[in-house]
Amino acid sequence: MRPLTEEETSTLFQKLSKYIGENIQLLVDRPDGTYCFRLHKDRVYYVSEKILKLAVNISREKLVSLGTCFGKFTKTQKFRLHITALDYLAPYAKGFGVAAKSTQDCRKVDPMAIVVFHQADIGEYVRHEDTLI
Amino acid sequence: MEARSAEELLARAERAEAEKLRLITVHKDLELEFDLGNLLATDRNPPTGLRQRSGPGLEAQLRGLARDNVQLLINQLWQLPSERVEEAVVARLPEPSLRLPREKPLPKPRPLTRWQQFAQLKGIRPRKKTSLVWDEASKQWRRRWGYQRARDDTKEWLIEVPGGADPDEDQFAKRLQAKKERVARNELNRLRNIARAHKVQLPSQGGMHPTGYQSRAELGKAMQVAKVSTASVGRFQERLPKEKPPRGPGKKRQFQPNIGDFAAEKKSQLELIRVMNSKKPRMDVTRATNKQMREEDREEAAKKRKVAKGRGGKRKGRPLGPGGKGKGGPPGPGGKRKGRPPGLGGKKGQRQGGKRRK
Repeated sequence: MRPLTEEETSTLFQKLSKYIGENIQLLVDRPDGTYCFRLHKDRVYYVSEKILKLAVNISREKLVSLGTCFGKFTKTQKFRLHITALDYLAPYAKGFGVAAKSTQDCRKVDPMAIVVFHQADIGEYVRHEDTLI
Repeated sequence: MEARSAEELLARAERAEAEKLRLITVHKDLELEFDLGNLLATDRNPPTGLRQRSGPGLEAQLRGLARDNVQLLINQLWQLPSERVEEAVVARLPEPSLRLPREKPLPKPRPLTRWQQFAQLKGIRPRKKTSLVWDEASKQWRRRWGYQRARDDTKEWLIEVPGGADPDEDQFAKRLQAKKERVARNELNRLRNIARAHKVQLPSQGGMHPTGYQSRAELGKAMQVAKVSTASVGRFQERLPKEKPPRGPGKKRQFQPNIGDFAAEKKSQLELIRVMNSKKPRMDVTRATNKQMREEDREEAAKKRKVAKGRGGKRKGRPLGPGGKGKGGPPGPGGKRKGRPPGLGGKKGQRQGGKRRK
């Protein structure tokens, strides 16, 4: 378990800002407690300070998960957001998907073209049961 | 008057006595259990006296409870037989009744040494030997090995030169040398056994031995180590014609501590967010202008080519390849291609295409 490096933090925030815009600072700076992001086995966890201090006592091999898993970093250091982050993103959400075409193109496109890329949906809880931690 | 004062004195004395007794006597529902050997007193009374769950009152109550228990323990200690040791009155403590648990974990069984493994395999049992041996030369009982042992061949004063040996060779020195070698070998084996017991890998044995089967990885490691084991730490070593330069060990990454300064972390993250948000419009403007400029260049290039084509008149079926090149067809290669006949150009074109693909 370790805190995120500068690059990892910026990658994470860029991804999150696509969904919640400037409200990331509400995630970072919360009035009801100190929460922080920690990296464990390539997964990013959003955890309160109290729980973090407890989790520090568990060895790396035995620690499965802590707090809320927001997503994971792939081998090429891209950040994949998981559905488990929904609870924290929903209150601040700006939209629900990444647009595949620009606004202008959306108007001229044929009926079968892809317009929005799928990022996550509620069914992932069941479909990706084995890999979601 | 005197009687009254005497009575008063007596009353006062009695009150003082009662006070003292009250101080040193403590009433407990259940008697304490004492283990004076460990200076331990166990109080099994339920703590019903503690009214408060938390707060300053609890501290006072706990302190009172501790004082009472310590008083009882001291009372018990005063009842032990005492003795004087260098002007101090000392109580002799009885044997402790509570057995304390182990401080350290049980020692692990050591792995067998090489000889022990061999003996176990062969079923060799140690034979009991006498510790003293009769030494003919000194006519006394001497030990079997060690200081002044019975048959120490380095201590002989006369050694016959053996049949086939060089007459100028120093036989005494030869025996001393042999003994030194035996001692060194013994020491080495002892250390190897210890290393095996602690599962510590000796550097000479880390997969690198001159004979025997070595895997490809081990050979590679041996080669790496050999390369670096020079005076300039492998800097001026020659390489085979197609050998790649060796990879360095690389930099070890340093991370922030896990439970560092939360406030500082928060501040840096907020700063990052602020910079990110402020950068957004700026980036877009530069990107947009670059994109615009590229589009304009492409349009101009396309226009030029069309004009040149119209003038040249030679029709080329081959598509110009700005898509393949990526950054827009610069007029250079396009010009070259125009000059050549299609056949030759075809071959050249394919080769160029191959290069592009690479």
